[in-house]
Amino acid sequence: MAIAETHDTHGEHHDDHHDHGEFIAHHFESPEQQFDSGKLGIWIFLVTEVLFFSGLFVLYTLYRNYHPEIFQVAHHYLDKNLGCLNTIVLLFSSLTMALAVRSAQTGKNKNCETYLLITMVCATIFLGVKAVEYSHKWDLGIWPRSMFHYHEGVHETGIFGLSNYLIKLSVIPTLLLVGFAGYAAFQYLTDKANNARFYIGMTIMVLGYFAGVVGGVVYQNAIAGDSHAHAALQTAAPLMLHAATIDKSSAGHDDHVHADGEGDSHDDHDHADVPAGSQESVPDSVGIFFSIYYCMTGLHAIHIIGGIVALAWIYRRSQLGHWREDYFGPVDYVGLYWHLVDLIWIYLFPLLYLID
Amino acid sequence: MADHSHDSHDHPSFNHPAPIPMLFGVFIALVGLTVATVVTSNIELAQFAFPVAMAIATLKAFLVGAFFMHMWWDKGFNILVFLSSLLFVTLFIGMTMLDTGSNLEQVESFPTTETSSLSTTEY
Amino acid sequence: MVRLKRACGQTANKLPDETQQRQRQNTVAFKLKKVTTMATAETRNKIFGTPETNYLNCTKGWKSWAFTLDHKRIGVMYLVGVTIALFLAGAFALILRSHLVKFDSNMLSYDRYNQMFTLHGAVMVFAFIIPSIPAALGNFVLPMMLGAKDVAFPRMNLASFYLWIVGTMCLLGAILFGGGLDTGWTFYTPYSIETETGVIWATFGAFVLGFSSIFTGLNFLVTVNTMRSPGQTWFKLPLFLWSLYATSIIQVLATPVLGITLLLLIAEKTMHIGVFDPRYGGDPVLFQHFFWFYSHPAVYIMILPGMGVISELISVYSQKRIFGYSFIAFSSVAIALLGFLVWGHHMFTSGQSPLVTLIFSAITFSVAIPSAVKVFNWLATLFKGSILLNTPMLYALSFIFLFGIGGLTGLFLGALSTDIHLHDTYFVVAHFHFVMVGGTLTALLGGLFHWWPKMFGRMYNDFWGRVSCALVFIGFNVTFFPQFVMGARGMPRRYASYDPEFQIFHQISTVGAFVLGIGILLAYGVLVYAARYGKRCGSNPFRAASMEWQSSSPPDFHNFIHKPTVNDPYDFDSQVYDEELDTYLPREYADPAKTPPRKEPVHH
Ligand code: HEM
Ligand SMILES: [Cu+2]
Repeated sequence: MAIAETHDTHGEHHDDHHDHGEFIAHHFESPEQQFDSGKLGIWIFLVTEVLFFSGLFVLYTLYRNYHPEIFQVAHHYLDKNLGCLNTIVLLFSSLTMALAVRSAQTGKNKNCETYLLITMVCATIFLGVKAVEYSHKWDLGIWPRSMFHYHEGVHETGIFGLSNYLIKLSVIPTLLLVGFAGYAAFQYLTDKANNARFYIGMTIMVLGYFAGVVGGVVYQNAIAGDSHAHAALQTAAPLMLHAATIDKSSAGHDDHVHADGEGDSHDDHDHADVPAGSQESVPDSVGIFFSIYYCMTGLHAIHIIGGIVALAWIYRRSQLGHWREDYFGPVDYVGLYWHLVDLIWIYLFPLLYLID
Repeated sequence: MADHSHDSHDHPSFNHPAPIPMLFGVFIALVGLTVATVVTSNIELAQFAFPVAMAIATLKAFLVGAFFMHMWWDKGFNILVFLSSLLFVTLFIGMTMLDTGSNLEQVESFPTTETSSLSTTEY
Repeated sequence: MVRLKRACGQTANKLPDETQQRQRQNTVAFKLKKVTTMATAETRNKIFGTPETNYLNCTKGWKSWAFTLDHKRIGVMYLVGVTIALFLAGAFALILRSHLVKFDSNMLSYDRYNQMFTLHGAVMVFAFIIPSIPAALGNFVLPMMLGAKDVAFPRMNLASFYLWIVGTMCLLGAILFGGGLDTGWTFYTPYSIETETGVIWATFGAFVLGFSSIFTGLNFLVTVNTMRSPGQTWFKLPLFLWSLYATSIIQVLATPVLGITLLLLIAEKTMHIGVFDPRYGGDPVLFQHFFWFYSHPAVYIMILPGMGVISELISVYSQKRIFGYSFIAFSSVAIALLGFLVWGHHMFTSGQSPLVTLIFSAITFSVAIPSAVKVFNWLATLFKGSILLNTPMLYALSFIFLFGIGGLTGLFLGALSTDIHLHDTYFVVAHFHFVMVGGTLTALLGGLFHWWPKMFGRMYNDFWGRVSCALVFIGFNVTFFPQFVMGARGMPRRYASYDPEFQIFHQISTVGAFVLGIGILLAYGVLVYAARYGKRCGSNPFRAASMEWQSSSPPDFHNFIHKPTVNDPYDFDSQVYDEELDTYLPREYADPAKTPPRKEPVHH
């Protein structure tokens, strides 16, 4: 993160000799001025993040307002339980992040290191679960609008009953895992235990992804095995659109599914009551929900990945013992960013997963 | 515990470590609220479902912001900066919403490409 | 009212007559005290004299520039960069104008014509005018005006410059690899989704340039907040800083929305996510909301820094305290905030709902108020000032005139009924060129002439500078005034061919464009020549009172080798002439024997 201008890497001009001078950049007068600048900087950066996401919230509000029926149908394809699990994982990572900040503030670099590692592992667990969710949807043909082709019962799988998409998504984490583990071993063997420690941390961090994937897959297989739950999840929703053809007049406004010309108002049918029927596909207009879903969660995931990079950086610096009472800014700044990513998820979760 | 964070060292004025029990307390509250929002989404609340979900989310956001992000102790100006972003988001959403309803009919009546699964291969 | 002959061009630095006399009277006293003042003279010389090493030559080699974290060098590199962008996009403009000489011209194919005006607009807006004043001039003077050594985040500052390079390259990549770009700089959907040209290259370029702009804005906000000199309160900031601060607010709040808009456009184009594309149930007008939520505030990113420059120039070259300091200061902030409430005035004819149209129209009118507040305060500052008509001042006066026309015609466009007629005609083209070229570019040139002696330690040739200003002013009016006329008569914008009745207007316009081009080239020529061969000048040749003039010219790597004195930036009496150094110094440093007594401060 470019915000965190901390130590003077260009190494010139240390004209200000404070006790802890090495982390004061040459153009600041005091640690406090440096800290305040960084802090204001990160807050402004968070403002830009909020506005960056705002565009997606506009899309969400608009389409939910004008097409509530699409949202009601679509959210049945999202698994509340996985979403809830991920929410708690992120909240926990926020807790450990806050503890890491506290440790840095009290100069406890060792504790800080541990908390940061836990935070990173939570982040990758989150991504692992997300990968399972995404790949499962892709198997079902649930894509953004133009590629959306959901057909009841059509479900692709690849080798070992795993989703091909999941395997593709896991290629990079696998490479990272091998790379980090291998490099850690190499560093260890060449007697650079200190460096090795960092790469071991990175290896553990990537393992979190696989933990998330395994957890997600096990859960998904469990509910697939439970055919009743599966049926409820997979079939009830599309039927709603077709069975519940409602007179437009009662709807009163324009919120009909325009795509296939079939009207449908947002009356509250309990979908369990809807008689099972056709095997037809879901209208593609439902894809708009998933366009928005993928944009929102995708952008959020990119922020998680960016956060992991920043976390790795301060993780390394904790190992080097950089933090002390008058110098802990970078941890604080990354922490704020991390909490913002969490904040956004706090809204995304009910908005996307809990529509009724 | 709470005192511990303040006594042992002479912290510079910009350093306010948060008490550990508070952090854990906030976390537990957050998990509780998450469970609450999932539970309320399962019961029939009709038109209240959305406001309730948003209220819970906002409460959670408040907890994260005030305690995890230290806003409670932060400089007023920093808080102002951050919260002002929400004002502009509201403006963006509000004015756009106010307008887009009006051309809905044209948007809806535009012939769409409804080729279902085949459309993947086209583009 | 005495017209002062002060520092300019070859005539070197002459004192205001009055002061000169006092100085002569003091000479006797000076001789008596000579021994005691020797030490201070030495200090004076060290601080304000021509330094041997300065930021330009303290380190050498291309690496010392490419990896520099010094805001002054980054400012200079930015200046070179945006100037290249200006010349490039200017060349596109001249090609366009040449094409339009004949109503049925076939100099360019119609497709090429479309691509040419798109690239002209996109490069000018995103790569030139938005970064121009803040990132080039602002970067150089902002920390110095605060008495700081650098901006708060020097590495981010350098990153901003590199992002600028990457973004500009991608934008230009649209020509080389994307087969041109023909959407107009606004990338309106649905055409931008359908066209086969390099929309993705260009939008990605604009996206990256957006981040470059955010980095600059964020840096400036933090720097002004936390790095002011002790004792330098908000109301002791030069007005240029207030305007940069307001600009930065917009950059930080609006630019991210451009970022997400362009990402969504890319997503729409590659995956058809169906939010803007009507074929997939999207709403193309929604794109306009997204785009203008950024781009109307962005026009204030373009003009506010220019206004800040003008506030400095008008005050310094009238040698008079700026009139209505706090009004000008707060009007910048008001413009920045109100600017967020008017974006819909670009969409009056896009099928926007009547209610929203009405609201946006009404607020549009209110934006004119803070703009007018500034103009009236500048005029009041001129009143009874000792006006020096040198190059920067001439540019400043042109600015007031041209911005006045540009701003007022904005009101015609903000009025609903007239806009129905004028929208998408040359009237709009003339309007925004009056504000962007007549406003921002003129202010940039004026600012360059004002700060050039500080940046390079050498004085330009004032005569040729004034000639350049005359050419720019005349060329500009000849180019764009006819466009108001033909626009009002119905000549649509962005057309490669037109009705023969408009030919004469287009021809006049084309002639003017070449004059304008020559004027701009001449201005840059005068400046570049001065940087190399100009006469050396002292630290404060123009008797300005803001802090950057307390450094040597060119400044030291650390900006100041002493703690600069914090004083009122518009109290010109705080600066007194020093014969030995042939420049103005703060009173505190001047030879007490030769220092004329303080004038009674004038308060408004
Ligand atoms: C005094 C305040 C101003 C008002 C009331 C105003 C009003 C307007 C209006 C109503 C339009 C839309 C015309 C149409 O498309 O039919 C417009 C267009 C435009 N204005 Fe202004 N304006 C003002 C100042 C500025 C400034 C300071 C700038 C830039 C520095 C600027 C740049 C532009 C540009 C670039 C466009 C055309 C955008 C496009 O369609 O390509 N305006 N202005
Ligand atoms: Cu506008």
